[in-house]
Amino acid sequence: MKFLGMLLAISIAMLANFAFANDLRVSITYVMREQNHAPTLSNLDPIPTDLGVVGAKLGLVDNQTTGKFLGHDYALDIITLAPDQDISTLKDLIDFGETILVANAPTPDLIAISQMVVESAAILFNASAMDNALRNESCLANMFHTAPSHAMLTDALAQFAFAKKWQLWAMIVGPQSADQALATSFEKSINKFGIDLVGRKDWTFDTDMRRSASNEIPLFTQDFKDHQLLVVADETNDFARYVVYNTWLPRPVAGSVGLVTTGWARSVEQYGAVQLQNRFSDLANRDMRQTDYASWAAIRAIGEAVTRTNTNDLKTLKSYLLSDEFALAGFKGRKLSFRSWNGQMRQPIVLAHHDATVAMAPLAGFLHQYNELDTLGLDQPESNCTAFQED
Amino acid sequence: MRFTLLFALLCSPAFGDEIWVTNEKDDTISVIDIETQTVTRTIETGQRPRGITFSKDFSVLYVCASDSDAVQVIDPNTGKILHDLPSGEDPEQFVLHPNNKHLYIANEDDAITTVVDTDTRRVIAQIDVGIEPEGMAVSPDGKIAITTSETTNMAHWIDTENQTIFANTLVDQRPRHAEFTKDGSELWVSAEIGGTISVFNTADQTEKAKINFEIQGVHRDRIQPVGFKLTDDGKYAFVALGPSNYVAVVDPNTYAVLDYILVGRRVWHMAFNADESLLFTTNGVSGDVSVIDVSELTAINTIKVGRFPWGAAYRPTK
Repeated sequence: MKFLGMLLAISIAMLANFAFANDLRVSITYVMREQNHAPTLSNLDPIPTDLGVVGAKLGLVDNQTTGKFLGHDYALDIITLAPDQDISTLKDLIDFGETILVANAPTPDLIAISQMVVESAAILFNASAMDNALRNESCLANMFHTAPSHAMLTDALAQFAFAKKWQLWAMIVGPQSADQALATSFEKSINKFGIDLVGRKDWTFDTDMRRSASNEIPLFTQDFKDHQLLVVADETNDFARYVVYNTWLPRPVAGSVGLVTTGWARSVEQYGAVQLQNRFSDLANRDMRQTDYASWAAIRAIGEAVTRTNTNDLKTLKSYLLSDEFALAGFKGRKLSFRSWNGQMRQPIVLAHHDATVAMAPLAGFLHQYNELDTLGLDQPESNCTAFQED
Repeated sequence: MRFTLLFALLCSPAFGDEIWVTNEKDDTISVIDIETQTVTRTIETGQRPRGITFSKDFSVLYVCASDSDAVQVIDPNTGKILHDLPSGEDPEQFVLHPNNKHLYIANEDDAITTVVDTDTRRVIAQIDVGIEPEGMAVSPDGKIAITTSETTNMAHWIDTENQTIFANTLVDQRPRHAEFTKDGSELWVSAEIGGTISVFNTADQTEKAKINFEIQGVHRDRIQPVGFKLTDDGKYAFVALGPSNYVAVVDPNTYAVLDYILVGRRVWHMAFNADESLLFTTNGVSGDVSVIDVSELTAINTIKVGRFPWGAAYRPTK
């Protein structure tokens, strides 16, 4: 009887709570730029057209489930921009003062969006672009990054190679500007972790490698000085796949092929990740990729901030996201949080080949005075981002 | 001293009793003889066995065969599977109500808690809970069942009279396990990624205390509380700290951490013997079970079991 009385009292309290909390509506807009992908030598691995957006949808479902117990209501609008659509048309589609934006778009779009919202309190998330500059001198006020930076990925490989004592690297770099940017990031990681680059060659072939890889690659790699790891920078996955097993010396290949570094891979199974993988593949009928994961993480970060602060006030949410209190469980074994100096999400990086996860960075032994995850990518002392300080 | 301990051990009523351990990646159960501390039997189960518990009279064993989408009922004497219970999809963990009839099952992939009547083998309720329900507990008086959900980060309080949720309380990131104190006055919930245990007042569901852990030389992110058990005498709580490879010893009266005991890798769940003089912990990554001497608070033995041991349950043989 006493128990029932107590129950009644509680349910009244809960009802009151719900009535109050039901007013809390959280609006999220997902902006996706459709892209004309550069042609590649092989057609084996097409880029899914729904890359990223399914991750966002899954994040929404996760948020809604939590929100239903707290009276928080999440809405997700998805805006797709055609490849040639002017970014300024976004202005007519979005009320920037009210919504949180998650963008799956290239860097120029991100910069343009950021300029549109300079006046408002809007929060932006970059779920796809990996440019180091966006976390450094070109960082944008109000922009969080759930996609890892190139620096985080290349640091992860350097840590792994260091731990394996594979400290002599050779590198092949593709002709695209993205390949060059990745190579520059590799070179920074090489310096940071005491790796020796014995040689760097630019990929110049314009033949179809499906026929001649076995003839051309041995010759192309023959004049590298002896090395322990061959790193390939090929962002579009154009030629890298033909390097593996065709090198002059029998050497492991890493970078864009072979042992790849990424924010997420289908082989991540530990830390309860199987459940996330299953929920995702049920929704998408394909495996989860880095941009899906980053989109999911952005939406979940918003959800987590709303859950803990019980508000949809963008200013409060932003400062909570950047605070030490914020933590997100992201199925990678460590809590995810945001770097207060540039808005980058701290996260373990997966080192994987096609069939299995080989390691997660940071690797054991890479220590940091504050957070081991900050051994990956731009740490506070090396960051030239000032946008976050002015805030 | 050693001799008396050994003598006490040999004379204890736990003589010849067993600890049953589910091996998540072997689809088996390892049966450990407590007296000899060796594996005496290996029993085949459905796919990915995790949660494991005996009926109150130990006549049958219930096992969550997660990837077979079933709770299997096993005869502990023969090791034969008697039948499956309808469990909902992907049952991970469960708790048997004191009435010895109702199993509360967390359906991890479906965000549902399923209540099954073990006599009629019927589902009597399905309750919507948060994403990835896992931790399950029931109050000693049987009035409240708890489901914790890993991604929603909540403890859901279920009224077992009408099988509905009457309260939801937020905990830290990734709750994994829940237990009531013996008198039912407190609910403890571990948060793996949050790195804490939250203690709630059962009467009003308010948070009463939060327990933090700190191990010298281990980064705090690797200190991940998962399974835990409270001793019946109210003296200790033992908390498995996952990949830190330590078990914390907590004073449940002051919530202070008294000690840390080094065990195997990725320590997960645990079970006591009859008089709670020994504690057996499952160590997922090292594929073994550590034996802790409760009075000395040290690990005294390691027993090799199958791949990724997960749950543990005690069974008397007399």
